[in-house]
Amino acid sequence: MVQKLATLAETPSQTAGPYVHIGLMPTYAGNAGSFPQEIGASPVKDDVKGQMIEIVGSVFDGTGWVLRDALIESWQCDGEGKFPGQDGADPNVSGHCRFAVDEATGEFRLKTVKPGSYMGRGGVRSAPHISLWIVARGINTGLNTRIYFEDEDNSGDPLLGRIEQRPRAETLIAKKVADGKYRFDIRLQGERETVFLDL
Amino acid sequence: MRDLGPLIPRNHSVHPAAYAEDYKTSVTRSPNLPLLSMESTPSEETGPVFGAELIGELDNNLILNWSKGLAPAVGERILVHGRVLDENCRPVPNALLEIWQANAGGRYRHVKDTYFAPLDPNFGGCGRTLTDESGYYEFLTIRPGAYPWPNRANDWRPMHIHFSIYGQSFGQRLVTQMYFEGDPLIAHCPIAATVRDRSHLDRLVAPLDLSKSRPLDYLAYKFDIVLRGRRQTMFENRLEGM
Ligand SMILES: [Fe+3]
Repeated sequence: MVQKLATLAETPSQTAGPYVHIGLMPTYAGNAGSFPQEIGASPVKDDVKGQMIEIVGSVFDGTGWVLRDALIESWQCDGEGKFPGQDGADPNVSGHCRFAVDEATGEFRLKTVKPGSYMGRGGVRSAPHISLWIVARGINTGLNTRIYFEDEDNSGDPLLGRIEQRPRAETLIAKKVADGKYRFDIRLQGERETVFLDL
Repeated sequence: MRDLGPLIPRNHSVHPAAYAEDYKTSVTRSPNLPLLSMESTPSEETGPVFGAELIGELDNNLILNWSKGLAPAVGERILVHGRVLDENCRPVPNALLEIWQANAGGRYRHVKDTYFAPLDPNFGGCGRTLTDESGYYEFLTIRPGAYPWPNRANDWRPMHIHFSIYGQSFGQRLVTQMYFEGDPLIAHCPIAATVRDRSHLDRLVAPLDLSKSRPLDYLAYKFDIVLRGRRQTMFENRLEGM
């Protein structure tokens, strides 16, 4: 026998199911007025420092079909690489957004400030990125991934650098389609499957 | 900003497999390739902070919040309560808990739910709250009904409440479901069965808690939640370079 470790196991995940919107985005789900104020309505307020951008994309299943029921959350630092709460962070950046794919077209749209790069543990600089967390019916544990930008210097990024197959790293990089506009598609399975993260 | 240290790597054996043959939607929505593992970074270790001013007085009372306190929802009145802890057994204060559920007949207030159990005009089916400094939370609600769903020919969801939990960091994000002690449908549910080890599934089953029940008013069920912890237990040390 040995001593017992004083640690607990994490609570198991379960799918968010098809009706996640009534819980997390009640107005989007048609239940406006559930709460005086909703969570994650926008990641920024007016007068944000930096470039406002728009990222559009879809989530595809393994058959190439677009999901109509996915809900996504994003988390990011401000235009100068500071996370909300950090000294000197832009007070107009909450950094957190909730959005759903459109139930007719399957497209999501994220309007936010382009994040800066930041120095992490050990003095390693991360390229600008937005973290995503994706849930839907059929996703048993929420999926984490990141959006990087093709018009940024991604060369020294520690996470992208860990992806052995270079074509797979491309799945994390948003394509620039116009000034301040990007396309980022997420593929749950199959050809060009998005890199999902265990961080 | 506080650096609370790297997150303890996720123990994936407690979580469902992404691919679960009997939960048919997961078949085409499960990544085939391994997740990319590395130590957490500030993007996962930080997270949004939710203030008490966000939460309205009735937000954690699903019996009354849809009617704005005017008329109670139909169903068996229950209190769901518990604590949010991390893997280091520390309470998680100020965690945002959001729940959603079907009404007593097993019907969600959602445009896509076409089950013929009637909607309850006095039940919206969602609530939210923040944990207090000891990680404690509670919701007053009605016991949701079981409902059938299109999967295999005769699949029924056991009574359950969906939970979304936001701790202190984006990497602790968790969505799960709470089941009820004694529900015979748990053993037949392909979604519950995505949790591979029965001892871990049992941690999603809330026991009846008569000590918290209020005589002539409501029954109580206890549901404790554990989020990912930190590899180091020191506070107030800063990230290098920050
Ligand atoms: Fe459900």
